[in-house]
Amino acid sequence: MKQTYETIIGLEVHVELATKTKIFCSCSTAFGGRPNTHTCPVCTGMPGTLPVLNRQVVEYALAVGLASNCSIHQMCRFDRKNYFYPDNPQNYQISQLYLPICHDGYVEIETEHGPKKIRIHEIHMEEDAGKLIHDEWEDCSLVDYNRSGVPLLEIVSEPDMRSADEVIAYLEKLRKMIQYLGASDCKLQEGSMRADVNLSLRRAGSKEFGTRTEMKNLNSFKAIRRAIENEQERQAELLDAGKPVEQETRRWDDNKEFSRAMRSKEDAKDYRYFPDPDLPPVLIPDEWIQRVRNSLPEFQEEKAQRYIREYQLSAYDAGLLTESRKIAALFEETAALSEKPKKAANWLIGETLRLLREKNMDPEQLDFSPEHLAALIRLAEDGSVNNQVAKKVFEKIFEEDIDPVAYVEEHGLKTVSDTGMLEEAARRVIAANADAVEQYHQGKEKILGFLIGQLMRETKGQADPSLAGEILRSLL
Amino acid sequence: MTEKITLETIEDVSILAKLKLDPEEAENARKDMQKMLDYVEKLNELDTDGVEPLTHLFSYGNVFREDIVTNGDASEEMLANAPKAKDGQYQVPKTIE
Repeated sequence: MKQTYETIIGLEVHVELATKTKIFCSCSTAFGGRPNTHTCPVCTGMPGTLPVLNRQVVEYALAVGLASNCSIHQMCRFDRKNYFYPDNPQNYQISQLYLPICHDGYVEIETEHGPKKIRIHEIHMEEDAGKLIHDEWEDCSLVDYNRSGVPLLEIVSEPDMRSADEVIAYLEKLRKMIQYLGASDCKLQEGSMRADVNLSLRRAGSKEFGTRTEMKNLNSFKAIRRAIENEQERQAELLDAGKPVEQETRRWDDNKEFSRAMRSKEDAKDYRYFPDPDLPPVLIPDEWIQRVRNSLPEFQEEKAQRYIREYQLSAYDAGLLTESRKIAALFEETAALSEKPKKAANWLIGETLRLLREKNMDPEQLDFSPEHLAALIRLAEDGSVNNQVAKKVFEKIFEEDIDPVAYVEEHGLKTVSDTGMLEEAARRVIAANADAVEQYHQGKEKILGFLIGQLMRETKGQADPSLAGEILRSLL
Repeated sequence: MTEKITLETIEDVSILAKLKLDPEEAENARKDMQKMLDYVEKLNELDTDGVEPLTHLFSYGNVFREDIVTNGDASEEMLANAPKAKDGQYQVPKTIE
């Protein structure tokens, strides 16, 4: 008979910090440079070089730790994790084992059974490794050390998650929080956020944990969900058949929807950790912690709640506007300038999000000024431009941040509400569309829409549509 | 003195250090390591209860750099240290995890 199992999941999340330079040297962290153009003797592990810690890494680590309710080790240190692999030219990774900067925190997620706390065991600072490419032609590997020494935070959760849904809710929560802090862009596809999933099963009702496996190479939320579901099934089949689950690291292949064992898990003692003698301890006085705590931003939930309260927006709209801190800032400024928060929200949710999707851009790349959007809202409100024209002008604001007042003037886009001129144009439309006019007189009211369309075209889209309908109806 | 280093220990360590030792080398390594341990064992005679482990000799901390890029493209000089290079990258024996 099949057993029922409970799934136990803990996560190790790595995020690449948004610093300009690497953690221990002054090389650039820019993504996508030619191989090895962002390297120096420190990040290529030359003998005799000395690492010097980037202060901003500590700032970001403190911000993430405080935002996730962690305690801070006010005296923390770096340790060496020893392993031999060509992605790491020093033969050790500088990380934190004994005294990680942050420990014992939590974040709260929403589940179908209400809010739930996911505890954070620790957050530590460490350096990233280089990138290996396997050369098919020459049967060798090529190494690019541009990423070697890029600062990472590793956020280690307690095994508190019970399903793929909870894992994704937790990751979303971390991602939003870290993006709001500006500490990382957290892009799974580009590897600036990576999640390793530790998963085990235990019989429902049992108190003891089963043997866990660790899964790597998960670079989208979809892949994470599929890998978790697949691994639950694999372990359940083993346990049902009375076979043991091996403690191992498995690599997920999203194309084949299948994971395979990479290597049996090395024990911490195999890494022969020891304090790095090259790096003096980091001492974090109360004032430093207080300063970072005071500068924490308003996070998504609070912000969304405030929008609902202050601007009477729906929960859905408030959620969309606060997806990114950039859009939220644009909204608040435009709402204040135009005094039309609903309109500002509509432009940012509707057209802005549509254009971002269409152009495959991130909200962070938005580069128009709230003054110009507010000016456009005023033009649309006082009837100077109709909806169609306003959308076109908005595209220009979105792309080139033009001043809508000057633009509308220059291109003669003002709504035509000159009745005489519209009547003249309407007569031309009626004369040119005898068939449609005939049908209208036979009672086919709907054809009026077509005629209005023709009139809009005749006026290059600038007619006030309701006025156009009125005039046509009276002339017919 | 107890014999803590066995040939098994030597095998474990040589796997981690990616070394291949023949039986004679393994036995010599075992003896050497045991001698080192015996030597350090001497320290256990001291009473270190309540003494914090010392990791750094100097009592200073917070040596920081500001987050400003000052290094440029030094890829040519860096690659000059590589035994083998190809297409601006370090060439190493094929490694697959």
